[in-house]
Amino acid sequence: MKGLLTFKKGGIHPHCNKHFSEKETIVSVPIPDMSVVPMGQHIGKPSDCAVNVGDNVTEGMIIGRANGYISANIHSPVTGVVKKIDNIYLPNGMKSQTVFIEKEEGFTISEYRPKREDWASLPEKELREIITDKGIVGLGGATFPAQVKFSIPEGKKVEYFVVNGVECEPYLTADHRLMMEKTDKILEGIKIIAKMIQAPNIIIGIENNKPDAIEAFEKAKEKIGVDLTIAPLKVKYPQGDEKQLIKAVINREVPSGGLPIDIGAVVSSVGTVYAVYEAIVNEKPLIERVVTVSGGAIKNPGNVLARIGTPVKELIAACGGFIEEPAKVIIGGPMMGFSLYDLSTPVIKATSGILALTNSEARKAKRRTSCLSCGRCIAVCPMGLNPTMLFKYIDHNDLSSAKESGLLDCKECGCCAYKCPAAIPLVQGMRLGKRLIMKEKVKV
Amino acid sequence: MKDNVTLLVESSPQLHEQDSTAQIMWTVVICLLPAGIWGVFSFGPRVISVLVVAIGTALITEYVMALLLKQKGTLLDGSAFVTGLLIAYVLPPAVPLYIPAVASVFAIGVVKWSFGGLGNNWMNPALGARAFVTFSWTGALTTWTLPRQLAAIDATSSATPLGISKGNIADYAGRVGSPMELLMELGYPQTAMDHTVTQWINSTLGVQLDGGYIDLFIGNTPGSIGEISALFLLLGAVYLLTKKIITWEIPGAYIGTFGLLVWIFSGSFHGAGLFNGDVFFHVLSGGLMLGAFYMATDMVTSPLTRKGMLIFGIGAGLLTYLIRFYGSMPEGVALSIIIMNIFVPLINRYTQPKRFGLTKGGNK
Repeated sequence: MKGLLTFKKGGIHPHCNKHFSEKETIVSVPIPDMSVVPMGQHIGKPSDCAVNVGDNVTEGMIIGRANGYISANIHSPVTGVVKKIDNIYLPNGMKSQTVFIEKEEGFTISEYRPKREDWASLPEKELREIITDKGIVGLGGATFPAQVKFSIPEGKKVEYFVVNGVECEPYLTADHRLMMEKTDKILEGIKIIAKMIQAPNIIIGIENNKPDAIEAFEKAKEKIGVDLTIAPLKVKYPQGDEKQLIKAVINREVPSGGLPIDIGAVVSSVGTVYAVYEAIVNEKPLIERVVTVSGGAIKNPGNVLARIGTPVKELIAACGGFIEEPAKVIIGGPMMGFSLYDLSTPVIKATSGILALTNSEARKAKRRTSCLSCGRCIAVCPMGLNPTMLFKYIDHNDLSSAKESGLLDCKECGCCAYKCPAAIPLVQGMRLGKRLIMKEKVKV
Repeated sequence: MKDNVTLLVESSPQLHEQDSTAQIMWTVVICLLPAGIWGVFSFGPRVISVLVVAIGTALITEYVMALLLKQKGTLLDGSAFVTGLLIAYVLPPAVPLYIPAVASVFAIGVVKWSFGGLGNNWMNPALGARAFVTFSWTGALTTWTLPRQLAAIDATSSATPLGISKGNIADYAGRVGSPMELLMELGYPQTAMDHTVTQWINSTLGVQLDGGYIDLFIGNTPGSIGEISALFLLLGAVYLLTKKIITWEIPGAYIGTFGLLVWIFSGSFHGAGLFNGDVFFHVLSGGLMLGAFYMATDMVTSPLTRKGMLIFGIGAGLLTYLIRFYGSMPEGVALSIIIMNIFVPLINRYTQPKRFGLTKGGNK
């Protein structure tokens, strides 16, 4: 369609495959007997474990305290007893201290009813304190502690609050369903955040493949009284990345190495906005989230509300289990998510989807060859990088050249590797290069 | 639900577009086939032996080199097949069979593998080999055969239209206005098909097209095995463009620059003045179509970015013009592309993509 906004540089169009679950309303999955709650669920320092083996914990109680400024509180998703504290591997390969909580006999989820509808009378500082207390992090994928983002540094001014309703990863429909089913609450949440960060302009970006969500916001915004600009966007991956979204809706570029606030913007996903609403109005900590369970190997694909700490296999069982043996189970979206080797891995704050792909869906890269210099990776890189050159630098251990050529701008969106006909593991290379630069403190 | 499923664990992204090197190479082969079939039809079944020797030697050399350098599976990626096919396409139909063999060994063994095999060579292997055998056996490489379409009319002259034009241009300057008129003056044969189609075009469109262009377009002319038919080469090129295996930048800039220069300047060689050149004649004759769509676009030896590709194409167009009109050879496509291949690293260095977040224009 003409006239729709999008970002200019790069991007790809993988098959959306949202049809599996986009019409399925959000349903709760049962609480597992054993909840597995890692302390490292966010960007920044892992939380300090605040419980010991044998402790009784109640639903919503803090079991992990924020460790420093860039960290977040973690709350118990259930009422029960701490059975074990052990290290487990998270899907991203990081080891994390983890609390195992056995559910109390007869525990049922408590309803968090609205308690603080007059939030508008609270000062901004207090709103931020509640968010800090409730352990809210960005639910769009990066899990950046929300209070840090909503604390505007001295000398910076917010011009735009950009709400991210893009959900550009294939298969995922959790944000889409949330926008459809919780429209009013998201709008209320937008008002809360806009007050907190003093944003004069509010824009929500939604990709054009979700016309019902666009319509829902058009209808509801008057009722809630939000001066919200709705920006329908052309479908293109990775538009859900905040840099691409900002470029698409207000045509500004976040400087290399900078943050959105450097150009007067703050971005939050609709999932985060909803969590902020629940934290402020319902006084509810971040102990559950919407997860898309989808893919051709799942019997009844859908969107579920799952408690943090619920093992992946419980979500799959709640969706009818497998109809055929999956080739791959992915946690997150297929472009940036991780493939699992263990289905007892728990849902954490970052988990947006569980995808069980059949052999034909998995679309494995074909045989690897030498780089053909076709230039496709360059054409699709949304950051304007030269992935093939960066990969060669990293391969030759020339990290300072890699850094100089912008390796740290790479956000591992996967466009380059998706396109590469030579099946070169470009993203894996970039990730390695970035870790080495951090570790060896490479200077240009 | 089964608890023990065997799961594949990979680095993200978990999906792939499913294109592959082999798929690209074999698609190029398929797109080249119509022009080759036309070559066999025009020059007779002997051409098949040239094709077989060129491709066979290329594959054997690839196999041996990969074995020596301990690399696996390179035979099936199709790149050696493409090189062999292209080598046969740029050789005259009556070439002695040891020439395609030597050319293929040189292309694969020296041009490609001495730099490390697929993806590492700086020069197009087929063109490198063509240059090598041209300078080694110039006589055999400039002996042409009339296609059957013309042999039936006139079996005496078998020089290519470009060769004739170049050879006689000085003698006829001022007497004829274009290379096509020159060919007519010299009684160069034209097929009945050419007459019919030209007449039909002239009557339906109300233009004054001279005879001979249709023969050039369809490929009723002497020349190298696979280069004569612009029509069949274009057919494959359109498919490659729609499949995005090649992009328009290199062929567009190449043919565009060359055509523009021909139109502006080449008329003066015939005494017809500026802005009077015969674009159709020069674009349709010689190896331009084959070179611009199938050789200059070789991914390995062309620039990475679109801007770089435009520069590459413009450079090749300029060089082809200079060689055709000022050089000692009637052609110029092969050398132009090879020279531009040399510039690719330099072009790449100065046409790096613009990084996001470093451009000043994007921010208010």
